[in-house]
Amino acid sequence: MGYLEGFGVTLKQIFGDRVTTQYPKQKAPKPERAHGRHVLNRYEDGMEKCIGCELCAGVCPARCIYVRGADNPIDDPVSPGERYGYVYEINYLRCIHCDMCVEACPTEAITETKLFEFSFTNRLDAIYTKDELLVDDEGRPRRLPWEDWRPGEEIPTSAWMRATAPAGNAAFEGVVAWSGELGFGVREPEPDQAHADTSVAPLAGSGSHDHGETDHGHGGGH
Amino acid sequence: MAREGGLFDRGLEGLSHNFLTGNLERLVKWARYNSTFPATFGLACCAIEMMGTGAAHYDLARFGMEVFRASPRQADLMIVAGRVSQKMAPVLRQIYDQMAEPKWVISMGVCASTGGMFNNYAIVQGVDQIVPVDVYAPGCPPGPMTLMHAILTLHEKIKTGELTKRRGAGEGAGLVIEQRPR
Repeated sequence: MGYLEGFGVTLKQIFGDRVTTQYPKQKAPKPERAHGRHVLNRYEDGMEKCIGCELCAGVCPARCIYVRGADNPIDDPVSPGERYGYVYEINYLRCIHCDMCVEACPTEAITETKLFEFSFTNRLDAIYTKDELLVDDEGRPRRLPWEDWRPGEEIPTSAWMRATAPAGNAAFEGVVAWSGELGFGVREPEPDQAHADTSVAPLAGSGSHDHGETDHGHGGGH
Repeated sequence: MAREGGLFDRGLEGLSHNFLTGNLERLVKWARYNSTFPATFGLACCAIEMMGTGAAHYDLARFGMEVFRASPRQADLMIVAGRVSQKMAPVLRQIYDQMAEPKWVISMGVCASTGGMFNNYAIVQGVDQIVPVDVYAPGCPPGPMTLMHAILTLHEKIKTGELTKRRGAGEGAGLVIEQRPR
């Protein structure tokens, strides 16, 4: 009667927990450090953060970013700097979501959302221009028809992390931080890894961690 | 649907529109998008995510496509998962040609779509130079939910597309694929 044991295994699974994520109805939770499609952030006064320095395009290993900067108009500046990103394009059929553009950006202009559910039927849709990348007037990412946004998913945008110390400190430990931006203000960074292991980090980045000593990786080696 | 005495007085001419063929078309499309068997065409790391999509946590069987067919004759959908080298390109085209109509192609991942970060002499810069692609799934690799989003996009395409029309040359990526005369 050896073959009945096999049926027993199948029968036992009926009463166990279901592990399947029913995707079109629900999404699996994403970690706080997940990399999705980019946004271009704006300051809390509505000015664009991008200064058109092309560092993101230079560091991109897949060569998927195209930036062209231009001088700000004196009477109606777009960004607080001298220049602004006049053309900004990302080809999502080349982007490998390595987050190096986010690390390279000196003004925290480009960050990645957690949105990863999108697909294209056309190659031209995959090239996101500034109209699609820049956040809207409320600081929320624009929802394109081929992207699958769910309510509340736009909250964990603008997280960024410097993985290596600018001074070359080997003991540097990157911590996810949030840039102060339009619509969301300034948020607390996530706790460093010694504390993050003991606390369950929420997806929405509701920063209620009171670790005063956490340097969010900006100022170099600690 | 049938107007005043339409069907009995004047037969099919009295119908406002072809409701018989219309419903048959919907039935055929329903059958097609609910049983799109993928061909096993994992080429690189995207294949791991493709396997994960088929496994219990994401469960492609919910869409009726859990059987990855090893024979192209039994497959409807080719998920090109991974980077296509120049040497693999004729193999891929041959497998596509061996698949029976109707057939669809999902280009999974940036390497299959454009070559991704492998912009070199060994990798085909976009699988749509070889086969016509229906849906592109971005990501490196695309997660299971991205692949499922691409599959659902393909379902929409099957639902709204024409039933009998075959893809003409030059569709897909807008590239004309020339067949060598045999």
